[in-house]
Amino acid sequence: MKDLKILGIVVAFALILYYGVEPFAHSQMHKHVEFKGFKYKDLKDIPKGDPKKGETLAASCAGCHSIKAAGMKAPMDAMASSAAYGVNPPDLSLAGKMLDEKFFANFLVNPAKVTKSKHFAMPPSAGSLQDAADIVAYFKEVAKKAEETTETEAKKIANEKVEKLKKSGIKVSDSQSKEIVSKTVKNAKNKEAFVFACGRCHANRYGKWTQLGDVPKTKPDINTGVDLAKIDFQKNLGAYQIKLAKYMGKLPPDLSIIVRARSEDYLKTFVEDPQTQLPGTAMPRVGLTNEGYEEVLGYLESTGDPSKEKRESTAPWVIGFFVIFTLLAYGWYKSQWKGLH
Amino acid sequence: MAHFDENAKPFSHKWLNERLAVDTLKRVLSTEYWIPKNINFLWAMGMVLAATFGMLLISGIFLLMYYQPNTQLAFDSVNYTIMSEVGYGWLWRHIHGVGASVVFLIIYIHMFTGIYYGSYKRGRELIWLSGMLLFVAFSAEAFSGYMLPWGQMSYWAGMVITNLFSGGSLHATGLVEWIRGDYVPSQAFLNRFFMLHVLLIPLAIIGLIVFHFGTLRIPHVNNQDGEEFDFDAEAEKWKAGQKKESKVIPFNPVFLSKDVFVMGVYFILFFFLVFYNFEFAMDPVNFDPANPLKTPTHIYPEWYFLWSYEILRPFSTNIGLIAFAFAQVIFFALPFLDRSPNVAPASRRGPFKYWFWILLVDMLILTFMGKLPPVKPWGTIGYVAAVIFIILWIALPFITKSEKKL
Repeated sequence: MKDLKILGIVVAFALILYYGVEPFAHSQMHKHVEFKGFKYKDLKDIPKGDPKKGETLAASCAGCHSIKAAGMKAPMDAMASSAAYGVNPPDLSLAGKMLDEKFFANFLVNPAKVTKSKHFAMPPSAGSLQDAADIVAYFKEVAKKAEETTETEAKKIANEKVEKLKKSGIKVSDSQSKEIVSKTVKNAKNKEAFVFACGRCHANRYGKWTQLGDVPKTKPDINTGVDLAKIDFQKNLGAYQIKLAKYMGKLPPDLSIIVRARSEDYLKTFVEDPQTQLPGTAMPRVGLTNEGYEEVLGYLESTGDPSKEKRESTAPWVIGFFVIFTLLAYGWYKSQWKGLH
Repeated sequence: MAHFDENAKPFSHKWLNERLAVDTLKRVLSTEYWIPKNINFLWAMGMVLAATFGMLLISGIFLLMYYQPNTQLAFDSVNYTIMSEVGYGWLWRHIHGVGASVVFLIIYIHMFTGIYYGSYKRGRELIWLSGMLLFVAFSAEAFSGYMLPWGQMSYWAGMVITNLFSGGSLHATGLVEWIRGDYVPSQAFLNRFFMLHVLLIPLAIIGLIVFHFGTLRIPHVNNQDGEEFDFDAEAEKWKAGQKKESKVIPFNPVFLSKDVFVMGVYFILFFFLVFYNFEFAMDPVNFDPANPLKTPTHIYPEWYFLWSYEILRPFSTNIGLIAFAFAQVIFFALPFLDRSPNVAPASRRGPFKYWFWILLVDMLILTFMGKLPPVKPWGTIGYVAAVIFIILWIALPFITKSEKKL
């Protein structure tokens, strides 16, 4: 009984200590920013858009942007674009899905104001909120197509993987192969979301992503070890990053393990409105939908905390082992101390 | 030359006994190493500490196989190679990180147990002193290890702590550069802290653990009432089968059986933290790579150094350094500052009872304030708590001298 009383005191002190140096300290060190659910209430409501009209209006977007899902290529490559604008404009295939429609339409009317970024490269691109709403309606349709393409491609890759496994003699049950497919599709969607929302300013070296795209697979020359293709790529990337740093004021940070460097709450509120957490930052308000943000976060978690699944599946075994160990030890202890008092 | 039986088979019991005295060793170190019976689970903290050190050592060996002590590579070798390319690398890292934090919690429990029961007094001074040396060695080990991931907090904590050696108005910048091997923390700095962390300090710790065990052997472990008794006589009772009457138990298997049980409970908690709540041991700021051009908004040490950091911080530079130095060494003096002849739990010792709890709460407050930014009211609370800490230690000889003999 005395042991339990002492244990109570020790545990109470340890918990007070934990509360003081963790939750309490963090609540005092970081200012609280209210999360508003990616609703963008400060912006004007938009009228219903007509995708047909939007398609015509969107033709001018292709002057700078590519829209792969609609078969439109970028007029300039990333290097030339960054020389012209400071940053490479995004492919717009997913814009209709990733961006909140209200944000998107208001953004087209006045990009600098809506992004809260003083030197945003994109000029106002819609004459009225109605035009903007039409363009948004069009991009929503494009995004559906883009998503379908992503899904079909990911499924194809996943199925090939399953076939390969089966061929090498590994038994793959139906539920397992379904899981592989759904995981591959999810990962592909998450990555595309990240690329659209963050990928032209932020690298993710653990995901092998650079501002110029995936790190290309190159091979060094066998006699000398020189990898010219790699050096070329690095030179281009360096040039791009210098331009980007000039445009943004500094090189935006690599996001490989940002999920461990910032709290979930910070990331969410920061992405929703960067100025609230970091006044004066060059990062624009991106205008993501909740769904779009979840996908971006999914990708960031996959590079920043890749062991999550394994951790959760290993935990019960290790803790279970020690529970059994403790029960046996208790038996031993009781047998040894029997009749001592 | 001792007598060796020619017919003893190699590695047989007799053969080993003649060469190693295994029977004697076993008797002296385990089956007839007597521990008082009147103890509670806090007496198991020593073994819990040894086991945690074992976890740190084993996980450290695995991490060492992939860690790169290079300012360009260190961060990614920890956060990428070990976390995603090495099988179960994440597990070893989280064991190491959580272990480094939890080991200090147990050390503090172990220390305050010693203070509460007066286990540093009369004959047990060396136990306390060797324990304090271990505390210092563990602190150095923790600090040097904290440098290795080469994140923002590694870099800036390294900067701040090495700066302390400039001695305020002494401006001993030469000494600081000598410690760093450069003007600022850099490759030379990382390399030497790596060496300290994986070789020199662990060696010292292992030596000190042996010494700490050695200091226990003659004065024996204290008991819950601070009662002094004849261990030999009590041991005879045990050996004669009067187990109920005897005040002692053998280390092995009786004491050990309780230790192992406590260790089991402890490891359930330990691995709960490793798998589900490891973030407290791995500061988010350290997941940003070291950047000499960008000072983090808040620089603070890990929780176990916060109380002494807060004794440094609220004062002006020179006074702060003196107060800090005072806080670092004063615990060593405990056996000599406590003038009371009583070996008893604090609850039976008059004013010392209050001294103990005030010290504990004061250090808890210092710990809280050490992490918070030094603004109102936290700065003021920290200042008052730091002054109280110093006053408590100055008052100790006086209040213990007036203590009545029990």
